[in-house]
Amino acid sequence: MSASTTPFVVSPGAATRDAFGIALRDLGHSEPRIVVVDGDVANSTRTEWFGQVFPDRFFNVGIAESNMVGVAAGLAASGKIPVVSSFAAFLLCNAYDQLRMSVAFPHLNVKVVGTHAGISIGEDGPSQMAIEDFALACSLPGFTVIVPSDEAHTHAAVRAMIAHEGPVYLRLGRPKAPRIHEAGSSLEIGKAYQLRDGSDLTIVACGLMTAAALEAHDALAAKGIHARVLDFPTIRPLDVDALVRASRDTGHILVAEEHLAHGGLGSVVAMAVGSHHPCKLGYVNLGNRFAESGTPEALMETYGLTAPHVVEAAVKLVAK
Amino acid sequence: MVTRASAPHASDGGPDLELLSSTARRLREDIIAMTTRAASGHPSSSMSAIDIMVALYKGGILNLNPSHPSAPDRDRFILSKGHAAPALYAVLAEHGVISHESLDTLRVIGSPLEGHPNMRRLAGVEASTGSLGQGLSIGLGHAFAGRLDGHGYRTYVMCGDGEMQEGQVWEAIMAAAHFNADNLTLIVDHNGAQQSNLLPRVIDYRPLAAKLRAFEWHVEEIDGHDMPAILRAFDSVRAVKGRPQAIVAHTVKGKGVSFVEADWAYHGKPLTASEQVRAFAELRGEPAPH
Ligand SMILES: Cc1ncc(C[n+]2csc(CCOP(=O)(O)OP(=O)(O)O)c2C)c(N)n1
Ligand SMILES: [Mg+2]
Repeated sequence: MSASTTPFVVSPGAATRDAFGIALRDLGHSEPRIVVVDGDVANSTRTEWFGQVFPDRFFNVGIAESNMVGVAAGLAASGKIPVVSSFAAFLLCNAYDQLRMSVAFPHLNVKVVGTHAGISIGEDGPSQMAIEDFALACSLPGFTVIVPSDEAHTHAAVRAMIAHEGPVYLRLGRPKAPRIHEAGSSLEIGKAYQLRDGSDLTIVACGLMTAAALEAHDALAAKGIHARVLDFPTIRPLDVDALVRASRDTGHILVAEEHLAHGGLGSVVAMAVGSHHPCKLGYVNLGNRFAESGTPEALMETYGLTAPHVVEAAVKLVAK
Repeated sequence: MVTRASAPHASDGGPDLELLSSTARRLREDIIAMTTRAASGHPSSSMSAIDIMVALYKGGILNLNPSHPSAPDRDRFILSKGHAAPALYAVLAEHGVISHESLDTLRVIGSPLEGHPNMRRLAGVEASTGSLGQGLSIGLGHAFAGRLDGHGYRTYVMCGDGEMQEGQVWEAIMAAAHFNADNLTLIVDHNGAQQSNLLPRVIDYRPLAAKLRAFEWHVEEIDGHDMPAILRAFDSVRAVKGRPQAIVAHTVKGKGVSFVEADWAYHGKPLTASEQVRAFAELRGEPAPH
């Protein structure tokens, strides 16, 4: 995508979990090897839509996440393409050893889809919010980690994930996500997408924070600060070239993500920039804390994950 | 804040069954009002559990002084099926551990009445739950500690029947029997439904009581809405020596409101304002409003 000056207007698209449910169901026709493994939450993760069309290729193994992942590993070892899906918090945290030993170590072709990630799930509160899933998924050697920012990119991500040979973690959210990419857009694993160009700093974002970054871009422009905005739908492998260019061209990189400070996009970007082309870095994230119950809007505001927070951090960073 | 440390007793010395039942009915209204106001939450899961929780807290079973909810020798109640938090908050308010007004703040930012129980923020919450399967292990730890400290307290843990599909629960079941944890009681809210469907259509592991007995637990099987039966079961398990005990309580998800009882898909759904009016009328035995 080339540089654009059209102001970013938030137009609500579908939730990424909804887009996933549709994309998966549609792919079920052309890819008969897809088998879904659910843990009693298919009505939340939307894999029930696949299950309605392909009941023989849908297994609800009950509220038993470690079992789910083990079953997926066996399916993959026997030539299927298992899509194992639950709330990201339960799937990654409850079944981590199974992801490590049964999937990552033998490098099996398992697609791990975690929905309800981040604090934007709202009222259900911290027990249901994955805020450490990037760190966990990036700590599984050989895993590809994808975080689409909107509906169009989720459709593309599901296709890319199924076409990719090897374990993948796909992170999805509960609330409606603003539209960012054009319908029918493609998503190449390992590639960053430039949404705006600018010379003063680069905002690197993923998931819902990409929309916040675009909103921030406009607010910053009004202050005479010109931001490049990069959407990073793939956290691993990372588009190091895009980061090196950003570092060289803008001298400042601000990383925004709905995740803990530790081990997420900020960490991997800092490491890449530090080894290839150091520049000044700033971060917008949850810090080192759990959130609480509240409306998604109130939580994003209270825990510092809105466009104004991005603007504030950007202003501070460019003054450095 | 009304506090009542001891159980309500009828003139014959036993718990006042009518009072307990009417309390449970009132708390069903609290559960509905709270979740409808919050526009989210799990009223049906709370309503299947509330009779048992009222029997525990208000029927003289749980030794818990509301003014000292963290006294070292208190009995513990752990709500492992944390999504039934509205039931826990309602009974904690009824017992005087938290204020009744605080129920209006369920799921509001800043309120300690989170969507799932948070022991660091709210008195009377014994474990932070919400990820299913973890409460019985925590309860076993309390049981071990009570034994080490020479305290006679008992630990009660409530799990959902869907939750019983988690492997960790069975790890705790095995360990509790091995260690003869007779100060530990598991209550299973066996309502036959989970999130995505009825339990027999997901993973049908029934009969549950036989499996628990095979793991050498003492098991009472009851109607979880029959107040005298609930109280009798609690009396029986307290007398058991040398083994952990389970109460398999057959319940109805959404108990008390016919249209919620009839549809498992109410899982995780608050009632609308007009459904609340209908539900209250039904609970009060009043004619249905037009
Ligand atoms: C580890 C884990 N997996 C999934 C969920 C999502 N979830 C919340 S409630 C629920 C169903 C629980 O069913 P059951 O234990 O029977 O409780 P009920 O609501 O019927 O009382 C599920 C799957 C969760 N909270 N924790
Ligand atoms: Mg149940």
